[in-house]
Amino acid sequence: MDKNNAALKPSEDQVIYANVLMIGVLAGLVIMGVNYFIYLAGLLPSHVDMSYLPHVWGKNVNEYLHLTNTPHGWGWVNLLMKGDFLNYIGFALLGLLTVVCYMLLVRGYMKQKDWTYTAISVLEILVLCVAASGILGGGGH
Amino acid sequence: MIKSRMNMLGGQLFVLMAMLMTYPGIAAATETMIDPAISAKPWWFWPLVLFVFCLILGVLAVMAGVGGGVLYVPLVSGFFPFHIDFVRGIGLMVALAGALAAGPGLLKRNLANLRLALPVALIASTGSIAGAMLGLYLSSLNPNIIQACLGGTIIGIACLLLFSKNTEKPVVTKQDAIGMALGIQGIYWDDGAQESVEWKTHRTLLGMFMFIIIGLLAGLFGLGAGWANVPVFNLLMGVPLKVSVATSKFLLSITDTSAAWIYLNRGCIIPLIAIPSIVGLMLGSFLGVRILAVAKPKMIRYMVISVLFFAGFKALDKGLGLGFMG
Repeated sequence: MDKNNAALKPSEDQVIYANVLMIGVLAGLVIMGVNYFIYLAGLLPSHVDMSYLPHVWGKNVNEYLHLTNTPHGWGWVNLLMKGDFLNYIGFALLGLLTVVCYMLLVRGYMKQKDWTYTAISVLEILVLCVAASGILGGGGH
Repeated sequence: MIKSRMNMLGGQLFVLMAMLMTYPGIAAATETMIDPAISAKPWWFWPLVLFVFCLILGVLAVMAGVGGGVLYVPLVSGFFPFHIDFVRGIGLMVALAGALAAGPGLLKRNLANLRLALPVALIASTGSIAGAMLGLYLSSLNPNIIQACLGGTIIGIACLLLFSKNTEKPVVTKQDAIGMALGIQGIYWDDGAQESVEWKTHRTLLGMFMFIIIGLLAGLFGLGAGWANVPVFNLLMGVPLKVSVATSKFLLSITDTSAAWIYLNRGCIIPLIAIPSIVGLMLGSFLGVRILAVAKPKMIRYMVISVLFFAGFKALDKGLGLGFMG
């Protein structure tokens, strides 16, 4: 079979998934870089002072949350004007990318009437959303 | 001449990492975990060291053909002053970032296959949520449980890397019913052999069952699961090695997403140390790919496996409180 044979090309779904993923990752890295700079430069006040971190990052997460008065779950959204928690935008973006890509897959598989993979994709979106929601293991105590 | 220089560079990076790990300030770090007030280091010291460490780790991981996550968690938890809760959470973010970055290229080259990845991703990502929750629960009881189990797992991974012989193009005479029903087959262009390669799977159900365990371990220890995905795809399910490696890397972007959210929502991601880790490892991987093109990675692979054995025994020693390794 020739190298340029159409059968060797990735499916349309794969290409769309790849393109959206690429844009999302690049955006995520840029956002992470900018926010980290804002954090290190002290352009926004931090919720947990940088000089205090070495005193608490050796403790388990429950003690850490208690000592630093840090919320768990999606409570970080209320602290986005703090330099350290601004970085959570980048983490959340990386965490949500796959969900967005899967939504595109669902659309593609429904068009092809591939109900098995539509169901698999929908279930995966549910699993990821449950994980992201904070319902499971969101409690710090 | 370039190859021998690159081999030397890989060896020098390894020595540099070994020096970093045995630097007295870092060796004393485990004591500062008990009494952080002892540490007189400025706050930026550890993130900077971590960035350099992860940069080297990224290069070595690519040259050794292992994921950054499997090196990150045991080494950072063993030699840096951060609690294992944070190391696991950040380890997952590191593995996730790397997988997301690699995904587009692998999908476009048709080496990563969606029909293979999606069913097992559903199973593994569910398992990784359970693993993450179990890990955080056990860690709250006694972090030494996790440390000891991590040590044992890392030693097992090192053995697997040392002894398993992957098959470039496994022979699958008959596809099983599940593989056929899900349409798990494909074709890709092998640049090295200059030929197209068709593939299909067998033992699909058993392979899917293995992904429950793989997902559980990934979430429990904050490791990327490439070390397990590839043997299951290649040796058990009969997927060609290149497709196995590529699909495994892509699969991590899904598996690790679910576990990473559990750790993120629990507060286990400290930005000051997470960002240097992610950026350092990704930059290192980028450099490692460049070096890999001209270097012979076999020696580096054996060095990295040695490091994994060392890190595994150290974690085991720490978890069991034996104190043989300081």
